Amino acid sequence: MAPLVNNARWKDVTRNLAERDATFVAMWGERNDGGGNVNLAVRHKGERSIEIVSHSAPDSHYPSVGRHHPSAILMERAIQDVYGLVADGLPDTRPWLDHGFWPHSRARTSYNFKPALGPGVHQIPVGPVHAGTIEPGHFRFSVNGEIIVRLEARLGYVHRDVLGLMRGGAIDDAAALVGRISGDSTVAYAFAFARAVEQALGLTVPARASTLRGIMAELERLANHLGDFGAICNDSGFSLLNTHAAVLRERVLRLAALVFGHRLMMDCIVPGGVLRDLNEGGATALKSGLPSVLVTFERLVDLYEKTASLQDRVVGTGWLDPALASLLGCGGYVGRAAGQNFDARRDMPYAPYDGIDVRVPVLSSADVDARVRVRIAEIQESVRILLCLLDMMPKSSIHAALPNDLTVRSGAALVEGFRGDIFAFVRVCGGRISDVFVRDPSWFLWPALEAAIEGNIVADFPLCNKSFNAAYAGCDL
Amino acid sequence: MRKTLIESLFRGKLTEAAPHLSDEEKSGLVGTMNRIAQRRLGRSLAIRHVDAGSCNACELEIIALNNALYDLERFGLKIVASPRHADVLMVTGSLTHNMGAALRLTYDAMPAPKWVVATGDCACTGGLFAQSPVCIGELGQLLPVDLHIPGCPPDPAALLRGLIALISGLGAVAHESGKN
Repeated sequence: MAPLVNNARWKDVTRNLAERDATFVAMWGERNDGGGNVNLAVRHKGERSIEIVSHSAPDSHYPSVGRHHPSAILMERAIQDVYGLVADGLPDTRPWLDHGFWPHSRARTSYNFKPALGPGVHQIPVGPVHAGTIEPGHFRFSVNGEIIVRLEARLGYVHRDVLGLMRGGAIDDAAALVGRISGDSTVAYAFAFARAVEQALGLTVPARASTLRGIMAELERLANHLGDFGAICNDSGFSLLNTHAAVLRERVLRLAALVFGHRLMMDCIVPGGVLRDLNEGGATALKSGLPSVLVTFERLVDLYEKTASLQDRVVGTGWLDPALASLLGCGGYVGRAAGQNFDARRDMPYAPYDGIDVRVPVLSSADVDARVRVRIAEIQESVRILLCLLDMMPKSSIHAALPNDLTVRSGAALVEGFRGDIFAFVRVCGGRISDVFVRDPSWFLWPALEAAIEGNIVADFPLCNKSFNAAYAGCDL
Repeated sequence: MRKTLIESLFRGKLTEAAPHLSDEEKSGLVGTMNRIAQRRLGRSLAIRHVDAGSCNACELEIIALNNALYDLERFGLKIVASPRHADVLMVTGSLTHNMGAALRLTYDAMPAPKWVVATGDCACTGGLFAQSPVCIGELGQLLPVDLHIPGCPPDPAALLRGLIALISGLGAVAHESGKN
């Protein structure tokens, strides 16, 4: 499992990516006395594991993967900013996270957005401070009249150096930080990180802890999908559905607070197990509360389907080419709405999902409507899985102590968050983190959004953006 | 849709009662106020939110303030789109260097009198990111902070308590200066 420096194998894997025999998972760098290493994680076609290979960068240079495979470009730009490791042949060498404001900034020139030329084409700059309560990012629209000719997203505003703060720290402290990479996915992040640590240490988690993790992960998915469903309708100008969906989301969050003590279930999952158990009362509350959320939700779905003015806004809007979704490796509702039949819960099964039949909705129309419908199906499926997990509830402890291992060990995991698969890699030594990386699904959703918005009108951008709901903090790190 | 609308008419409001606040809590939450300015504002405040390095958990709870159960606007509190319309700047996050300039511009664009609310542990103290080399740290280092609402994230009830303390602080002072 430990990633070994193998420059020849790196070349092979890069070729696999270029020839589409493998899906890009993640890339990250690390500095060492001899310059540094760059790590590359891929998932080979038809395989249920992830391969990680490293390339040395003795003079701070390594061969670019991005020149062969576009998903790697943003990560190589980030690696250049954070670790000073340069990808030779990278097609886009502009800084990404470094805006020139850090004490140690290397970026010295202003940012050049990609041009869009032609008669009547002009630019609309938006952000980083937006009109709504959302995360900061800059969007540069090149438009011709109402039509968007090109969108370029510039992120990095919420870069906090989370990974740098985790490295060298104790595993528990790192777990608290990982839960604050992207608050809406705090459970999924903690889950992925915990599994990576447990794999590194060869630790098996008690069955009850795994089941509880599944319950938390599905509650998180349910709450987020309900929120998104309402917010997308709201951005189409149909606020009634948002009002009702927001109440349903609130009911799920209150159930989470009642049962696990925190509305977003932060810090509930830790390496070794979970910190919160489910008592009789909690189980009863979930068993009665969740089906009733679903009953009300079915009425909202009916309204969504039967409101012609709403359908007019969402059908055909923000179409994402399924070939591009496949190339970029888009997961989650964005990928599944564009024919990508992948769900880590089913395809790279982990406890507690290995004991459950997870049904994965896949559509091919790839528009805003399809992304809404995938969420609708996943809401229904999450409630089914939750009730299934609540019936299983094995009796055991909920936490196993981490072995005190002084050797260097590494582990990796892929966990299906609400937005798509989250990858975590960790290398531990003597209870401390020596290297770590966590990859948000949004790394691939942003380039997909840039492509999907082309040819749409400016007024449909909020709608398209919300249907992707890519995270900012998740990939700014 | 008709069925949903008619049902809503007869069901009554979903909105819940406002959270209770002790005097001690009020004085603990609110800093000193400019008395004359507060008399002018009365009980209505426009809030502009800026994420200056948050993990988005605080944003989720601020958004929840607008749902039918908390119904922020019944208190005269409104989240607005432009800093030009705002009385209160509500800042979340660990104040990254990359957001410093945009935050400053937003604050400068607001008309005086104006107040700053540090929302969540990151904005109040720097949180887990206080030692980050790319973060400035607690909000007080960049802007004068009038109200701290701690929590990771503060839940909507905590946010409401803080904001109600802010406006009732304003109301009390306005009443007092009216008497004089």
